[in-house]
Amino acid sequence: MNDFFLTIILTLDATIRVSTPLILASMAGLFSERSGVVDIGLEGKMLASAFIAASAATVFGSPWIGLLAGILASCSLSMLHGFATITHRGDQIVSGVAINIFAAGMSIILGLAWFQQGGLTPTLTSDQRFLSLSLPGVDLFNNIPVIGTIYRELFSGHNLIVYLAFLIVPFIWWVVYRTRFGLQLRAVGENPKAVDTAGLSVNMLRYKALLVGGLLCGIAGAYLSIAHNAQFTRDMTAGQGFIALAALIFGKWKPYTVLSACLLFGFLDALAVRLQGVVIPGFGEIPVQLIEATPYLLTVILLAGFIGRAIPPKSVGQPYIKER
Amino acid sequence: MEESKYAIELVDIDKRFGPVYANNKVCLKVETGSVHGIIGENGAGKSTLMSILYGFYKADSGNIKVFGNKLQFNDSHQAIKSGIGMVHQHFMLVDNFTVIENVILGSEGGSLLHEGLKSARDELTRLGKEYGLKVDLDATIESLSVGSQQRVEILKALYKGAKILILDEPTGVLTPQETQDLFRIFTALKKEGVTIILITHKLHEIISITDNVSVMRGGKMVAHRQTSKTNREDLAELMVGRKVLLQVSKDEKIRGEVLLKVSNLSVRDSNNIDRLNDISFEIHAGEIVGIAGVSGNGQSTLLKVLSGITPVSSGTIEILGHKMDADNLIYPDQLRELGLAHVPEDRQRMGLIGNFTASETSIIGYHNDKRINDKLILNNSKVRENCKNLMSDFDVRPGNPDLRSDNFSGGNQQKLIVAREFERDPKILLIGQPTRGVDIGAIEFIHKRIIALRDSGRAVLLVSVELEEIMSISDRIVVLCDGQVSGRIDSKDADEKTLGMMMANVFSKEDNLEALSG
Repeated sequence: MNDFFLTIILTLDATIRVSTPLILASMAGLFSERSGVVDIGLEGKMLASAFIAASAATVFGSPWIGLLAGILASCSLSMLHGFATITHRGDQIVSGVAINIFAAGMSIILGLAWFQQGGLTPTLTSDQRFLSLSLPGVDLFNNIPVIGTIYRELFSGHNLIVYLAFLIVPFIWWVVYRTRFGLQLRAVGENPKAVDTAGLSVNMLRYKALLVGGLLCGIAGAYLSIAHNAQFTRDMTAGQGFIALAALIFGKWKPYTVLSACLLFGFLDALAVRLQGVVIPGFGEIPVQLIEATPYLLTVILLAGFIGRAIPPKSVGQPYIKER
Repeated sequence: MEESKYAIELVDIDKRFGPVYANNKVCLKVETGSVHGIIGENGAGKSTLMSILYGFYKADSGNIKVFGNKLQFNDSHQAIKSGIGMVHQHFMLVDNFTVIENVILGSEGGSLLHEGLKSARDELTRLGKEYGLKVDLDATIESLSVGSQQRVEILKALYKGAKILILDEPTGVLTPQETQDLFRIFTALKKEGVTIILITHKLHEIISITDNVSVMRGGKMVAHRQTSKTNREDLAELMVGRKVLLQVSKDEKIRGEVLLKVSNLSVRDSNNIDRLNDISFEIHAGEIVGIAGVSGNGQSTLLKVLSGITPVSSGTIEILGHKMDADNLIYPDQLRELGLAHVPEDRQRMGLIGNFTASETSIIGYHNDKRINDKLILNNSKVRENCKNLMSDFDVRPGNPDLRSDNFSGGNQQKLIVAREFERDPKILLIGQPTRGVDIGAIEFIHKRIIALRDSGRAVLLVSVELEEIMSISDRIVVLCDGQVSGRIDSKDADEKTLGMMMANVFSKEDNLEALSG
C-alpha cells in the first residue's frame, strides 16, 4: 500500500516536471493566438531556445546567461514570424512551419560546428544549470505521515523554472482579463477592425503579443536543456511544442483551462513512462504508444465537437488588411 | 468652446485609387448642430469621403477643417481626438465582449481596467439617460439585437467625446420602429448640439430627418440643397443624372393556378434550433409574394430550402406538382430543370464566382444545358455569344463577356445574375434582396423585369429587407418573425407601420386575422 502511494506521488511529481515546458509554451501560444496569429512555430522556437541556452550556458558558465540567450533566440524567431505574417501578411502556417524546419536544422548544424559532439552540446556542470530547490520546512514536515511525503516529493525539489511556470498562470489570467493590454489583446484576435477604428494599431498589438510569446517560449526551451536536462540533444523538444498547441486548443484559449490541459497531457506522458514494460496478467504489455497518442486523440475529439466546443478567437489566422 | 459656424469644412478633396478618382475636388460644408445628409449611388464616393474624414484614408490633396481648425489626419485616433465619431455600416464591435468592454476599448483610461470600467459605467448611464440610448451595459454584443448593437456604436462614439457623428447607412438593418427610435435619438443629440452626418441611399429618410443634403455622383459633389426646399424626385434625378421613376407601375392581374405550395414547413439547423417553424403559404401563377422581415428571421433559410440547398425537416413543399419533404429532397439542378430559378440573396458568395469571367458566370448552374454543350466539352464560343446577348438584353455594363465577374459593379453583377436566371423563362422565380447594394437606375430596371415576368403568368417569391420594395412590387406580403409567419397582408392594404408591427410580431394571431379582414 505504501509503495503504491509512493508510486502515485512520484508519477505526479513527474507530471509536474513534464508539464512545465507545456505550460510555458502553451501560454506563449495563448498570447499569440489571442492576438490573431496562429503559432505553429512553438516547437521550433523552443528548440532554438533550448540549443542557444545550452550553448550560452556552456560558454559563459551561467544558467542565467543561458536563459537570457535562449529567450533572445526565441524572441528573434517570434519577430521573424511577425515580420512575415503581420507586416507582410504572409501565411501564418507556412511561416510557422518554416520556423520549425529552420530551428531543427540550424540547431544541429551550429552544434556540429561549435562543439564537434555530433550535434550535442557538452554536458553542463551543476553550476551551469538550474538545480532543484529544497523548499523551507521539508525537514520539519518530514515526520508527519502522508503530508510530509507529499510535501517532500511533490512540492519541494523542483528547479526555479517549474515554480515560475505555475506561478505565471494566475498572473497571465490577470493580464488577459484585468488590464488594458489584455482587453486590447482579446479584441484584436476577435475583431481587428474594431480595434483599428478605435484608433489603436492592430500591427503593434500583434507584435507585442508575439514578443510576450517569444519570451515565454524561450523560457520553455531553456528549461529543457539547462534545467530539466543538462545538455542539448537533437530534436529534444520531440513534439512538445505541438502538444502545447493541442493543450491550448483543448483549454479553449483560457489560461486556467489550458493549465489543466497541460497537466492532463503531462500526466499521460508521465504515466506512459511509468507503465513502460509493465505486463498486466491476461492482457499483455500495456501499449504505451496509445497513451502517448492520447493528447492528440483528445484534441481531435474536442475539435470534432464531442467535448463541448472549442471556439477559437474569431480572426485567428487571418492577416489584417485595411480596406475601404 | 467651438463657436465655428461649420463643424466640418472639406475643400477640394482628391482621392485616387490607381487611375480612378474616388473623390474629385469634393467640397462640403456641414453646419454645427445640423443633421446633414449625403446621398449618392453606390460607388459615388460617399464612403471614401467619410473614410478620409475619419482618418481611415489619407486624401491625395485638399483641406479638412474641423470646427474651424485645419487638420491633417493620419489615423482614426486623431479624428477621434478632434471630436469625430463614426458608426460604420458593419458594426465595429467585438461580439464576445460586453457592451461596456466594447465602449472602453481604445480609451481605457489607465493600464488597469478596474478604474476605467467604473468611471465608464457612470458616464454611460448618464449618456443613456440623456439621449434615450438604453442598453444593458453588461450584456455581450452577440446577445443583443441589431438595433441595440447600433446604439452601442453610438454610445461608443459619444463616450469618446464625439461632437460630430457620422452614420453610414444606419437604417439598412433596422425595423421601421427601430428606425423611428434612431431618429428620436438624432433629435435628442441635435438638441445637445451634436452634428450628425447621415449617409444613405434612402430618399425618404433624407426628407424626413435632415436639415441639409449633399448629393454625390461619380466621385463629385453635384449639389447641395436645403432639405425643405427640395423633394425626392429632384434628389433622385440629381443622384442618377436623369429622370427616375420612383414608383413602379403594375396592373392588376388575375392569378392562375397554384405553382408553389408550402405546407407546415419546418427547418431545424444542426444545433437543433428551428430556423423555420410551421410555415404555410402558396403562390399562384401571375403573382408576386413578398417575404418581409428583419434580416435573420428565417428568410434566408426559406430561400435555401425552396431552392433545394437545405433539406426540409418536416412539412411539405409542392413545386409545380412535385412534392418535396423530409424524405424526398429534390436537388437544385433537378429543380432548375423543372423550371425554378433562384437569384440568391448573397450574390458574392452564392450568385457568382469572382474570378470567373462574365460568360462563365452566365452559365453557372446551367452548365449542363445541351444548347451550350458539344458532345464532351463546353462550346465556349456559344457561351460567349449567349452571354453577349444577355448583357445587351439586361443592360450589363461594360458589355464584355471576358471581364472577370469581380470587376463589375454590384448593380451590374446583379443584372448579370438576373439575366442568367431569367433567360430560361422560369415558371417560378425565387429572388432574394434583388436590389441590395444596387444603384437606383438598376433597381428600376430589375423591378420592371420582375413585374414583366409576373405579367407573363409566372410565380415570384421576393425576399427583401426593403419595405418599400416589398410594398411596391408584391401582390401579397407574408411577414416572418423568428422563423414563423407573423403576418399576412395584401400589399394594397399594407403600410410601413403595420408591416413594422408585424415584423416585430406585435399582433397576436387573432388581431392578425382582424387586420386581414379589416
